[in-house]
Amino acid sequence: MSTSYLPAGLPIPVPEVDGLSTQYWEGLKKNEVWVQRCKDCRTWQWGPEWMCHACNSFDTGWEKIEAHGRIYSWERPWHPVHPALKGHGPYLIVLVEFPQYGNIRMIGNLLGDPHQTVEIGGKVSPVFEHHEDATPPFTLLQWTIET
Amino acid sequence: MATDSNRSLRGKVAIVGVGETPYYKHGMSPHSEFKLALMAIVAACRDAGLDPHDIDGIASYSNDRNDPSRLSAALGMKELRFANMQWGGGGGGGAAAVGNAAAAIAGGLSDVVVVFRALAQGQFARFGVGAATPTTAGDAAFQSPYGLMSPAQKFAMKTMRFMHDHGVGQEALRAIAMASYAHAQKNPRAVMYGRPLDEAAYDASRWIVEPFHLFDCCQENDGAAALIIVSADRAKDFAHKPSYLLGAQGGSDYRAGAPAHNVPNYGSSTFASVVPHLYRMAGIKPSEVDVLQNYENFTGGVLMSLVEHGFCAPDECNEFSTLENFMAPTGRLPMNTSGGNLAECYMHGLELQIEAVRQLRGDSTAQVPKVDISMVIAGPMVTPVSSMILGSEATL
Repeated sequence: MSTSYLPAGLPIPVPEVDGLSTQYWEGLKKNEVWVQRCKDCRTWQWGPEWMCHACNSFDTGWEKIEAHGRIYSWERPWHPVHPALKGHGPYLIVLVEFPQYGNIRMIGNLLGDPHQTVEIGGKVSPVFEHHEDATPPFTLLQWTIET
Repeated sequence: MATDSNRSLRGKVAIVGVGETPYYKHGMSPHSEFKLALMAIVAACRDAGLDPHDIDGIASYSNDRNDPSRLSAALGMKELRFANMQWGGGGGGGAAAVGNAAAAIAGGLSDVVVVFRALAQGQFARFGVGAATPTTAGDAAFQSPYGLMSPAQKFAMKTMRFMHDHGVGQEALRAIAMASYAHAQKNPRAVMYGRPLDEAAYDASRWIVEPFHLFDCCQENDGAAALIIVSADRAKDFAHKPSYLLGAQGGSDYRAGAPAHNVPNYGSSTFASVVPHLYRMAGIKPSEVDVLQNYENFTGGVLMSLVEHGFCAPDECNEFSTLENFMAPTGRLPMNTSGGNLAECYMHGLELQIEAVRQLRGDSTAQVPKVDISMVIAGPMVTPVSSMILGSEATL
């Protein structure tokens, strides 16, 4: 898609210098969602870390998931916290939980009417928002109410 | 064993001096941040009747920018024996800094420790504005591109879940804001002195981020505050009635620092694991607390702190969180009696600790009768957090 939910000018996400989250950000560019899953004890883990918090293995590994989740919490910001957001609000941010993947959670914007009623527990589907013209290019994982 | 007297801070130290600068709106201090720190420390020494040269330890929190070696040199301290920084942002470390100071004194590392915090946001950046960087990495990369940057936004998400889980209404948040503003009207030091808040003004105020209105969010201020701590056996050598430390505990719940809002206990002030240690050390129950200073970064955190410190059950928030219950002198749990972070001054909660001491001394502008146990909850929802309990001599 060529349009973005929020105005251009917000910070562009990049992997850390040590590459901890590279798999995630590169996956999004290909419409894929990858998260960590321990190769030893099979525990799901998000965000990424160099160690599995359950068994302390360093063999954390990555798996591709079908990112259909449910809204765990949400908020509607009105006050602009960044110059790029001046005059833009309100907008919606949701915290999405994946019960099928160890209850890991991800943040994103809820697409559609920013004034819509949001239900905790509501099902959402992923939308890949590509910013191919940005420097560097990146993709955001956004959410839409599942119909 | 934690109740072993050899492994407890209960009754080992006392706060004998408190000091603060005038409190300013953010960016309005006529003094540099470092000078503000010195002014507060000297004021606390004067309050105690202590020569600043005799301080031998310095403790702070929240990555305070004022270096203890420079402070020590500026004050002409004879020696510096303890220089300590509690990790963690916001005001979460305020009570832990006192605990660290107490541990140093109890362990023989230091004799006279000043705990201080200084802020001059005209000189430095504000908290409630996202960083203007072209790219972002690490935990921020999962949040900033979605317009999630400020502390209010980070904590509105936790509060929304808590309110959903327990059927909490907006009125419960409003009562917390109203109590701080009402108490501030009696306190001439308060930045919001002379600026009362009523229900209609709260309801009409703009949203910062739902569920937080403007008045659910703390101020940002310039100023400094300081406390002088000594061992209990010297505490009566100073000018005022000592405020003895009964317990202090810092820390955070399981995986509180998990990235991208993945802490398992999400709708939480982060105190769940901290509080049992606190009460065990202090040897008291929540019902014995006479007056409470409960850090308001955002009202939602205050409410969750009340629950996690055992003052009310999560499903009782609507009944418990009322203006009447929080008002000194007669409320069920007088709270934020100086006006707190919302209406006295956002000095990262050290002004709350000073107010807890004033309540024990009988010097508050909203005094609660017969205070023996005076409690402070430091900044909630961050990690690590901390709390402390002060007591009169009668509690020892």
